[in-house]
Amino acid sequence: MTKAHPNQKNAPNVGAVVMVIIAVGIDIVLSVMIAKSSYNWFPVQASSAAPYVDNLFSLETGIGSFIFLGCSGVMAWVVLFNRASKYDESDGEPIEGNTKLEIAWTILPLLVVFAIGFYAINVNETLKNLGPKQKYQLGTDPSADLPIDSKSSVGPIDVISRQWSWEFVYPEGVRSSELHLPLGERVNFRLISEDVLHSFYVPAFRLKQDIIPGSVISYSLTPTREGRYRLRDAMFSGAYFSKNQTDVIVESKQAFNGWLKRMAKEPLKPGLDPGRSMYELRLSKGNKGWATVPPSPAPMVNDPGDPTAPHEA
Amino acid sequence: MTATANYDSRILKAPHPVPGAPDNWKRFFSFNTDAKVIGIQYMVTALFFLMVGGLLAMIMRGELITPPSDLVDPTVYNGLYTMHGTVMLFLFLFPVLNGLNNLLIPTMIGAPDMAFPKLNAAAFWLVPVFAVVLMASFFVPGGPASSGWWSYPPVSIQNPLGHFINGEMLWITAVAISGVSSIFGALNFVTTIIRMRAPGMGYFKMPIFIWTAFAAQTLQLLGLPALTGGAIMLLFDLSFGTTFFRPEGGGDPVLFQHFFWFYSHPAVYVMVLPVFGIFSELFPVYSRKPLFGYKFVAIASFGITALALIVWVHHMFYTGTPMWMRNVFMLTTMLIAVPTGVKVFAWIATLWRGRLRLDTPMLFCLGGLFNFIFAGITGVMLATVPIDVHVGNTYFVVSHFHYIIFNTIAFGIFAAIYHWFPKFTGRMYYEGLGKIHFALTFIGATLNWLPLHWAGLLGMPRRVASYDPEFAIWNVIASIGAFILGVSSIPFILNMVSSWARGAKAPPNPWRAIGLEWLLPSPPPAENFEEDIPTVINEPYGYGLNKPLVEDEQFYIRRALGN
Repeated sequence: MTKAHPNQKNAPNVGAVVMVIIAVGIDIVLSVMIAKSSYNWFPVQASSAAPYVDNLFSLETGIGSFIFLGCSGVMAWVVLFNRASKYDESDGEPIEGNTKLEIAWTILPLLVVFAIGFYAINVNETLKNLGPKQKYQLGTDPSADLPIDSKSSVGPIDVISRQWSWEFVYPEGVRSSELHLPLGERVNFRLISEDVLHSFYVPAFRLKQDIIPGSVISYSLTPTREGRYRLRDAMFSGAYFSKNQTDVIVESKQAFNGWLKRMAKEPLKPGLDPGRSMYELRLSKGNKGWATVPPSPAPMVNDPGDPTAPHEA
Repeated sequence: MTATANYDSRILKAPHPVPGAPDNWKRFFSFNTDAKVIGIQYMVTALFFLMVGGLLAMIMRGELITPPSDLVDPTVYNGLYTMHGTVMLFLFLFPVLNGLNNLLIPTMIGAPDMAFPKLNAAAFWLVPVFAVVLMASFFVPGGPASSGWWSYPPVSIQNPLGHFINGEMLWITAVAISGVSSIFGALNFVTTIIRMRAPGMGYFKMPIFIWTAFAAQTLQLLGLPALTGGAIMLLFDLSFGTTFFRPEGGGDPVLFQHFFWFYSHPAVYVMVLPVFGIFSELFPVYSRKPLFGYKFVAIASFGITALALIVWVHHMFYTGTPMWMRNVFMLTTMLIAVPTGVKVFAWIATLWRGRLRLDTPMLFCLGGLFNFIFAGITGVMLATVPIDVHVGNTYFVVSHFHYIIFNTIAFGIFAAIYHWFPKFTGRMYYEGLGKIHFALTFIGATLNWLPLHWAGLLGMPRRVASYDPEFAIWNVIASIGAFILGVSSIPFILNMVSSWARGAKAPPNPWRAIGLEWLLPSPPPAENFEEDIPTVINEPYGYGLNKPLVEDEQFYIRRALGN
């Protein structure tokens, strides 16, 4: 389909080739720089999943930057240098296509996305965060016959999400409003909701899992860095959804066990209930605004946690 | 190919419903069956709702300019973002694109009107009907629907006040009526394209806009029944005590997500495909070159249609979907990069060594393409399961889809409005105001959505009325961008209203473009080519080839000039 003027054929333009090589070189250098700096765009890496996610993201940022800068570079070039002057009514060279080029830009992206895809499948198989999901009748014991993740050394910890609070129940019977985890151990969770959809999301862990009422989900992860991180509800759950967050505290195995022992002796008291104060303020102002269900009662816990403590990420 | 092989002669012989209303402004407020009148009805209605949806967005950005929830009650915020999304999709994007379909499909293929003109008018008049239903939900006790345009159960069917008529109920009703309107429209567009093309216009002589409209409307017909079915079940769960999705009765809330996304993911392609068509029409005109690889670009449209139907689970990577299924849908989703890549590279090759003329339509196309390449890259990132597990349901996704839906689709729509404004109003727009509109839109849109990608990477969930202070900086910049976007509507409205009223008279072909619609007078008569339908003899986009598009081209050019 190529239709070039005969006199322009078969004459490699050395200047043009050099310029293309320089342009591609600059594109590669910039893309590598952007890919490297992409690591700074994330919170700290606090789980074994985080480096995999950040590496994949960096790889795709690099490839993406190369394509984006390449395409927008050509666009900038034509806008700068291929403009028609005001009274120029001529047409451009009528190139209708180039089958080889078109096949190349069909096949190459195909190979690139499949390479990324299989790399990502590999990461999925390595991490294996998501265990089985089992339906149960609401109101019965959700944990009845959910198999425990055999590779985990801690748990299962029940994660109970509500409109709008979090409650964590440890195998020893301790209950808390903030999630305490031992460093470097694979922890198994049972994710439970009795009202609406929620999502267990810890940005520092790079992990998110929806919690589905009527199903219990087995989920596992390995924290790799001590610290206090935000745990956010990431699936819209109603009026005070944005307040439905708490902290995850990753501490040494020793500190974690010490905490469990201390808390076992503490009496149960109302835990964090972040939507409550806003709901009470609303009621005191005459219940204005649009309709909402009332917040569920505050969970009764051994350790209500400290909502004022600063989180790292 | 014989000249009339694909043309159904019965169409010409059938009695067309003659536009009965007088040729004045009143026809726009009547049940008029002229596709060009319906097109303008659609577009003006849609642009009005763009302002409504934009206003809702600006209240939201006002709330989000500071971390705490302080401007409106969180329940109000939730209603605002739900209605913003719903208005923008069902009352701006679908109607505005159907408006373009009405204006462009008959004129571009040389048909006198749509195949079913009365059905066409009915499809339009359903839009004000469901608009009233949707807007009424602001005034019912408890306020409008407030669980997002996804309307995921169980939160969407909690119905706190227990009334039978509530915001959610009206919302589902409006969405269902919108679906009926879209199916009416799709039937008409697909039939018209298949049956009413000018003599000689084989499929591979159709303009790309027709290809993309065909591909998009096919998706509507295949996908909409799933959403409508899901919506009816949701309505029964909400109002009549069934438990399709209610866990208390053994229902599964995740089932709804499958119904919803089986249509609502393809819906994105329904919106973006015509914009690909607009890019493919406009780049050749404003760079004076044929579209590079016309056949590849045409076929890629149906490649996208086919893939669009098998990717919906990528919205559900963290809902407990088993690993094999996530892996399969990751690969299918990534495959979409291939046909879209074919189009992007073809447009860039079309620009290459052209004679570029940076009129307002071209500026919006270039801006839209630039943004689309960016959005395509974040799209592949989101398709990657481990990345999506981190950034899914955060502002990264919000930024990605606004880069598609506004920074690409709305840019393309603005390009189309400016480009075809002279053809359908018979007046030229003011170039200076158009360029100001472009500059403000590009700056506003970039400030609004580029920074929010970083908020998402840092873990700011979407749909929040309040957020942790570490995200403040990104949100302040975004809010400033949103307010600039609000300001950008002023030169646009000014331009459209004053140009339509007093702009210079437009010649039949002000852009020296090649296409059947440019062989018609501006504005075209009621039945376009009437008795003299041209016979197409060459592929579209023959810039620089000196080949006539139709037989006896000079006759049509003279006739359009009134000579």
